[in-house]
Amino acid sequence: MANSYYDPADLRKFGSITEWSEELGNKFFDYYGKVFEEGALSAREKSLIALAVAHVVKCPYCIDAYTKDGLQRGITKEEMMEAVHAGAAIESGATLVHGVQMMNKYNKLSM
Amino acid sequence: MGQSILSDIKKAAKKSLKARENELANTNRQLEILNGGLFADGELPSFKDKIAKTGQFPLKPRTLEILQINVGYTCNQVCEHCHVDAGPDRKEIMTRETMEQCLEVIRNTGAHTLDLTGGAPEMNPNFRWFVEEAAKAGIQDFIVRSNLTIIRSNKKYHDLPEFFKKHNVHVVSSMPHYTRGKTDKQRGDGVFDKSIKALQDLNAVGYGMPDSALRLDLVYNPSGAFLPGDQAAMEHDFKKALKEDFNIEFHNLFAITNLPISRFLDYLIASDNYEDYMYALVEAYNPAAVENVMCTNTISVSWDGWLYDCDFNQMLNLKVASKVKHIKDYNEDLLNDREIVISQHCYGCTAGAGSSCQGTVT
Repeated sequence: MANSYYDPADLRKFGSITEWSEELGNKFFDYYGKVFEEGALSAREKSLIALAVAHVVKCPYCIDAYTKDGLQRGITKEEMMEAVHAGAAIESGATLVHGVQMMNKYNKLSM
Repeated sequence: MGQSILSDIKKAAKKSLKARENELANTNRQLEILNGGLFADGELPSFKDKIAKTGQFPLKPRTLEILQINVGYTCNQVCEHCHVDAGPDRKEIMTRETMEQCLEVIRNTGAHTLDLTGGAPEMNPNFRWFVEEAAKAGIQDFIVRSNLTIIRSNKKYHDLPEFFKKHNVHVVSSMPHYTRGKTDKQRGDGVFDKSIKALQDLNAVGYGMPDSALRLDLVYNPSGAFLPGDQAAMEHDFKKALKEDFNIEFHNLFAITNLPISRFLDYLIASDNYEDYMYALVEAYNPAAVENVMCTNTISVSWDGWLYDCDFNQMLNLKVASKVKHIKDYNEDLLNDREIVISQHCYGCTAGAGSSCQGTVT
């Protein structure tokens, strides 16, 4: 076993989570598969959303998986990086919008 | 790991593995790798065991439909993923004598498709004569696999679109991506611009136009250690981009999986992607693809007349398991009775929607 919390080889063992809870595991994978099918959004668009979210939740497995998925779909590196920026902008915006709370509190406490 | 090794590969990649005396130029070494490691350890099932599980071993041919002839390994390009290890330094070229033996077979075969490939088949000095003679045999679908840049590489090839048109040749051309960066990375600097110009030249004589009988199909194979995506979605993206950016039309896109042999195997090992790639191929195994895998309807002929189950087996020097092994002794009935020779590279043709020289098979 790798001397790390994360081992890239664990990604391909993801399916084995069903072994310890078959019903919930299968329900999750059915749901997961369904989510990424073509729908009102294309599978290509959903792949880019997944890539952005993978970065926001900082999941190394998901980043590997959806970079590869994007390559397979012919998504360009420019499109991938823009998706990552979209995720990063929301994440930093979520921090910065709390600045209003700080300003409110500052103003309330100040004479 | 690997970045310096990878950049060494890129520098060396102007030459074939054979010219570099790379160990993978030895087909036995490639087979050792494919049969060893993960497969010898039992971590992954061998292709034989995998198809045996679904009752598909031994793999037997169906009706012969496609006669694929490789007229030589010489090429004007040295693509990083090339399973032929083709390039300007490869001198293996089909002689006129072997071509005459092929013509005899073409006139009598039950196959409805003749598929000429290489290298760059146009670089064989007898290519035009061979096409003229083969076209007379009246085969239903006569394919030439052209790398496109050959058309723009030298004045003597500029008239190829007209020549193809005259003989009603079905042109199948490689195009790794509709963006310059990805194409040039896989196939070399300048390849994208030359390919675009060649496609425009083909369109100009009528190839690939929406209602045209002059067929122009493109082949996409991934520019790296990943599998091709959905063929129909890729075709849609290619059509949109090539039309909008360059006013180019074509008929169909064939998505082909890179098989882990020759230069692509060299790349996989040097970039530390080999194990992951083999896992991905085995994971994507689709028994439905086995039913229609191309070796079940194809015979592949090498530049020196030997017979193989497919072009990949040809490059691994795995000749047909039949009494008939050479074009001079060709006998379709005997060949149809053979068992197909398989190894772990075969997983490349059974992954996902399957892969063949005609694209997906399911």
